[in-house]
Amino acid sequence: MQYMLIMRSDDAAVAEYKEIPFEQIIEAMGKYNESMMEAGVLAAGEGLSDASEGFVVDFSADPPLVTDGPYGETKELFNGFWILDVASKEEAAEWAKRCPLGPGAKLEVRRVTGPEDFPADNEWVQKEEGWREEQAAKKAAESPGGSAA
Amino acid sequence: MAHDGTARRAEDSARRAVVAIWRIESARIVATLTRYTRDFTLAEDLAQEALADALAQWPAQGVPRNGAAWLTQVAKRKAIDGWRRQERFAEHVAAVGADLERAQDEAADAVPWDPDEIDDDVLRLVFTACHPVLSQQARVALTLRVIAGLETTELARLLLVPVATVQQRIVRAKQALAEAQVPFETPPRAERRQRLSAVLGVIYLIFTEGHAATAGADWMRPELSVEAIRLGRRLAALQPDEPEVHGLLALIELTAARFPARIDADGEPVLLPDQDRRRWDRGAIRRGRAALARAEGFGRGLGPYALQAAIAECHATASDFASTDWPRIVAAYDALEQLAPNPVVRLNRAVAVAEAEGPAAALAIVDALAGEKALALGHLLPSVRGELLARLGRDEESREAFALAAERTENARERAVLLARAAARR
Repeated sequence: MQYMLIMRSDDAAVAEYKEIPFEQIIEAMGKYNESMMEAGVLAAGEGLSDASEGFVVDFSADPPLVTDGPYGETKELFNGFWILDVASKEEAAEWAKRCPLGPGAKLEVRRVTGPEDFPADNEWVQKEEGWREEQAAKKAAESPGGSAA
Repeated sequence: MAHDGTARRAEDSARRAVVAIWRIESARIVATLTRYTRDFTLAEDLAQEALADALAQWPAQGVPRNGAAWLTQVAKRKAIDGWRRQERFAEHVAAVGADLERAQDEAADAVPWDPDEIDDDVLRLVFTACHPVLSQQARVALTLRVIAGLETTELARLLLVPVATVQQRIVRAKQALAEAQVPFETPPRAERRQRLSAVLGVIYLIFTEGHAATAGADWMRPELSVEAIRLGRRLAALQPDEPEVHGLLALIELTAARFPARIDADGEPVLLPDQDRRRWDRGAIRRGRAALARAEGFGRGLGPYALQAAIAECHATASDFASTDWPRIVAAYDALEQLAPNPVVRLNRAVAVAEAEGPAAALAIVDALAGEKALALGHLLPSVRGELLARLGRDEESREAFALAAERTENARERAVLLARAAARR
């Protein structure tokens, strides 16, 4: 199963982070990432640039409204993520606890859904089913010999 | 009583924490203990005893701050107690005295191993668990237990055998290693290539057992395949200079990318041509292609795993079955055949030829394989023949071929698919 570790930091933590030499942060994070690579659990991960460089698309308006700057309040901003292949929720927690973060920083840990999470009677799954049948029928019409090995 | 429920939940969560920490640390703990005791068999026993202690104590006492250090210290103490009982303490103190003193000085928080040495020790452990004196079965069991850190019960569940059988395999494997006096080392240069290919073989076997279950009612046991992928990534981190390590990793990532599309809503298998490619795991494809690029980047030509990965990549990047680059796949099979002539490869090549050049050309290849011993008893040859004959409109022969294939497979779900194919040709 996959879990996503979502890094969130409040303003104080971000300010404090800026006090620490960049090299030191890179090294600590590098070691952390390496340990997860060596254990074979790291499936993906990216850091995000400063939220002030980002923008928000708000669908309350039609057409959606694009606003420059960070999303909502700046406390607990989303700064980066990892996706881990682990055997259990507890293993995800164990990896999360090892992340080199300090006070004010939090990791939100969420399970990544897989195909098993979507019920077969779900509307979209059924639509997809219908689409597949259509395609299959089309293919059968094109090649009367049937499908390949 | 509510209190009992809370206590039980706490106990259960501590137990799962033990298992999780073991999954992460088992290889490093056993590697450290092997270096410490100079005896892999003893080290594995001690580690298992320490794990049992943790399972018994952590639920009541709480999970220690550094579980790995706790487990390692407990195991080391057990080693010392054992030596004392055997009155061999002095002998061992002389040998490992400095290390022993250092161990006692270590704060409970510190990493219980030397970070500069531990990767090499884990690699030695991988080579030990996949040593040629062991049977394939023993290598699989030992690798999953020691390197992947699976508990015996979990291991038994994944391998579809009773717990007693797993225990027996582990005990015998350790006996075999002890009897052969297998040293704790990375293999000498002359044996290196061959020994590495044994390691890759074990990982691939674990993967294929998970994705094409040879026995039992399940079409797939993806958990077992995920273990193989984790092992493959781990090996790629430990042996980054070996192209085939990346080739294997690419192959299993790209193959696993198709898992979400391999079973329909009723749990029935869906074959490649009929798979909904939108369900393929894009992340796995990205990782697999990156690993393949790395293998190709060495510029030394591709090994057998990388070539198979290149074939899987052709599928992964095609928007549908028909637009797959079949000539490139045929060429990859030709290269595979050059490396190691193998009738199964020729059969797979025939399947690609059917798409690139048509069923008649493919059938000629398949029929030429009829005398091959490797294919004589399996279901693969008749199932491919059945398909090609069907495409050529030779329905009666096709039905017979599918029926023969169904008779030969040991996987219940696969049999159902083949029988349905046979029935469709009536």
